[in-house]
Amino acid sequence: MSIAVATQNLSKTYQAGFWKTKSVRALENLNLEVQANEIFGYLGPNGAGKSTTFKLLMSLIYPTSGKAEIFGRSVYEPKTRYQIGYLPEHPYFYEYLSAEEFLLFYGSLFDYSTLEIKTKVDHLLRLTEIFHARKLQLRRFSKGMLQRVGIAQALINDPQIIFLDEPMSGLDPMGRREVRDLILSLKKDGKTVFFSTHILNDVETLCDRVAVVNHGKLIGSGRLSELISQEITHTEIIIANMDFATLRQVLGPDVMINLGGTTLRVEVDANRSLAPLVEHVERASGKILAINPIRQTMEDYFLRVVNHDKSQGAYKSEI
Amino acid sequence: MKIIPIAANTFKECVRDKVLYNLVIFGVLIIVSSLLLSSITIGDVKEIIINLGLSTLSIFGTLIAIFIGIQLVYKEIDKKTIYSLLAKPVGRYEFILGKYFGLTLTLTVNVTVMLLGIYASILYLQRSLEMADLQVLWAGVLILVQLMMVIAIALFFSTFSTPAFSALFAFCLYVIGHFSSDIRQYGFSSHSLITQVLTASLYYLLPNFENFSVIASTAHGQLLSWKIFFLSLVYGLTYSTGLVLLAILVFQRRNFK
Repeated sequence: MSIAVATQNLSKTYQAGFWKTKSVRALENLNLEVQANEIFGYLGPNGAGKSTTFKLLMSLIYPTSGKAEIFGRSVYEPKTRYQIGYLPEHPYFYEYLSAEEFLLFYGSLFDYSTLEIKTKVDHLLRLTEIFHARKLQLRRFSKGMLQRVGIAQALINDPQIIFLDEPMSGLDPMGRREVRDLILSLKKDGKTVFFSTHILNDVETLCDRVAVVNHGKLIGSGRLSELISQEITHTEIIIANMDFATLRQVLGPDVMINLGGTTLRVEVDANRSLAPLVEHVERASGKILAINPIRQTMEDYFLRVVNHDKSQGAYKSEI
Repeated sequence: MKIIPIAANTFKECVRDKVLYNLVIFGVLIIVSSLLLSSITIGDVKEIIINLGLSTLSIFGTLIAIFIGIQLVYKEIDKKTIYSLLAKPVGRYEFILGKYFGLTLTLTVNVTVMLLGIYASILYLQRSLEMADLQVLWAGVLILVQLMMVIAIALFFSTFSTPAFSALFAFCLYVIGHFSSDIRQYGFSSHSLITQVLTASLYYLLPNFENFSVIASTAHGQLLSWKIFFLSLVYGLTYSTGLVLLAILVFQRRNFK
């Protein structure tokens, strides 16, 4: 399998302040490898350096040191950009253009014939479900519709790799679902998808591999199956018709009980036998509504590595 | 060649932002003055029409060149439209050239329509056009080249400065450009070598718009010297090219945070 994206010690330091005397480190020695035809999730808290990485890969900013390649070619070669599709975070486009005009304009930046561009634009307008609004100026578009235009422009050149910076932002639940389906269908078509998101559920559903950055540093990466244990860590039991004090008496002081409206939520160790608990609840006329086995989630992993990174402390964004 | 679609898009932006609405004001001005002045003798009216027409053309053109020019690059960065555009296979030099030619095209349309207006007024007044009236066209061409210089100045500042500062710098250069020979004259009359070197450097560095000030002489019916005409064209285009190249150089190194 070929390597789609490779960065070696990629670093970016900005000069800040009126006299440009302060240095702010946005990214530090990033070493990443993304395989072709995989969905790669790029995670991190706000200000972690995700957008800086995207901008470096799109050659919108220059690295202080290190290098970045896409399909073995430097990101600074114009030819590289024929293979790339990019959706920036909070996309802004030419608001005086209609969606159709905008896509025709972006299509004309590639070496296609007029007929080819028109066919592609027509297809993308339908794919992103904005065909009905194609004649409307972009200034009249809602945030969610602009996001769809952004996705359409990222796909105009039928790219081999698509970079999506927060593609779910501004979308309603249906829109999110459509983007998720789109990402999966891109993978099916042999494309590589590199995307960042704060919605960790999407990462679990979509990604083959993930990387987590914090304070400009890579703090974790790997296959999803390696990062998140598939083992059940504990069991969640939802109980109704029972008061807190009775349940506490049954379970003893060590077990955590959460009050959830008219129900009680109990978390017990996965190895613990549930039979005595069920028997006690039934005897006290309680009702067990659900028993859910819980495994580690992406959120658990994310919080663990970020908190661990925090506890290691002493990161200074200014140097 | 990605310059053409970018230039076409810049032109479209100017049209949709109603920049060409100034033509309506120009049209009203020319028609009203033609009607009001028709009681005066034909020769005088023609002089006033040419003077008024070319002056309006120059003033409106300069205002558009400065106020749209300073936003050409800044707006793209500020509104973040540049992120998705430069991620396409577009060279940064193609972006700058596209922006420059887009505004030049807008002003060429503006100048052409205004020149047609002036000729229509002359035709209305004297019922025919003479060979000598071609001078108005040559004056229009010189004004357009001067406007191309002003666009290049505004575009250059737009690559690294805010619109307010860019407008200030561009406007100052525009004014100084009309007095650049005075700077040189001051150097000649000075006994200090430093002053002489400094004024000579400034003279060659700053734009010189004096050869483009042909409105009054054209209105008076004076013939334009071909030598001055061509030298001015070459000077204007060379100066603009130099500034656009500088703008590319600055833009090439920029980080879009």
